[in-house]
Amino acid sequence: MTEETATKLEGLKTSLAQEAQQVRLDLNELKSGGFIKQTQRDLFTVRLRCPGGRVDAAKLSKAAELARKYGRGEVHLSVRQSIEIPYVHYQHLEELAREVKEVDWSVASCGPRVRVPTACAGCSYNPNALVDTQGLCREVDRRFFGTPTGHGKFKMSLSGCPIDCFRTREMDLGFQGIVEPLALPERCTACGLCLKACEDGALKMSSSGEGEPCEGPPVRDPARCTLCGDCIKVCPFDAIVPGKLGWLIRVGGKHGKHPLFAYEVAQFVSDEGVLALIERTLSWYRENGRGKERIGTTLGRLGLAKYLIEVVHPLGLEVIESSEERRRFAAGGNFYHGIA
Amino acid sequence: MNEVLEIAQAYLDLRGETCPFTFVRTKLRLEKMEGGEVLELILDDGEPIRSVPRSMKEEGHHIFRVEELPEDGAYRLLIRKG
Repeated sequence: MTEETATKLEGLKTSLAQEAQQVRLDLNELKSGGFIKQTQRDLFTVRLRCPGGRVDAAKLSKAAELARKYGRGEVHLSVRQSIEIPYVHYQHLEELAREVKEVDWSVASCGPRVRVPTACAGCSYNPNALVDTQGLCREVDRRFFGTPTGHGKFKMSLSGCPIDCFRTREMDLGFQGIVEPLALPERCTACGLCLKACEDGALKMSSSGEGEPCEGPPVRDPARCTLCGDCIKVCPFDAIVPGKLGWLIRVGGKHGKHPLFAYEVAQFVSDEGVLALIERTLSWYRENGRGKERIGTTLGRLGLAKYLIEVVHPLGLEVIESSEERRRFAAGGNFYHGIA
Repeated sequence: MNEVLEIAQAYLDLRGETCPFTFVRTKLRLEKMEGGEVLELILDDGEPIRSVPRSMKEEGHHIFRVEELPEDGAYRLLIRKG
């Protein structure tokens, strides 16, 4: 080899190394900003931020426009309610990101960060809803989206009632609406509509028995009651009214290859309580987590009691302490935790 | 409780009807009535009795009597239009 060739070879090695270095950096940077490398060389999927799955027409049009311009004219609706634009060449990512900003929109996050929270329609239009999922979801997104956790990803969801369409049991933190019925027996006419409305068999007339007349008022079995409020919604005499109302808090769930169902840890929590708990949970997870494990794994390793003592109790929330209290939320499903 | 004999101004038998027509037909029948008038409604056990009364409350009507019909387990309701 001549000296000239050797020098050229050295130069080539250096620039290749630099380029490789840069590509590696770029991939991580890109991933944090919601750009996901595809199977196909040079192509990326752009994940757009849609908290609670509510997207106005301006953004929707923009997504269609961007898909036609930079992608292949189609979008993908992800399981976490985001609109994704696949098949975008990496050369166009910056330009695309700028166009997204023009409609006051942004890309979502990936990696070890707080993800976009998901939510049902809630009381914005669903008659079953007990709480404002959309409102709180927007606030949770505003405050916590994209926060680095120091460990693994962090997924949250909000369901407006115990039908739990948004699978709060599978979330790192899940929030589900609940209401405790309050009986006003002097108004009861023993019409029995509440017994019919209850899907969980949690109501019985007080003098129900073999051959006995039904006198009312109804008696509620707290072990069977799922706190859905259907009895409240039907009573024509307002003899059952809303008592305590708020969020049920679940922590430590995840899906993936090794799924875990979350623990119920607090009940009838206010919106402010939820926000304070998220903040405290993220600090606790940062401090106590190990490697890339999810918080459910951390709880399994260190014990739920530590989390209850260090996070839930100091916030003055109504704590769900024991496994007996938690069992009512298993609601007859084949529910497992920590069992292979 | 006062046992007041109420005579309904209208009668609707929805035995055998399915969701959402149980709700829709009840709503339409009530729409044709004056406020304060009474509809006598027959509903099957199961889904109809579970869900129609709540919809009626949400629409602003008042169910003031519920009786089980011994012959077929259906229910007779008296609804006052809101």
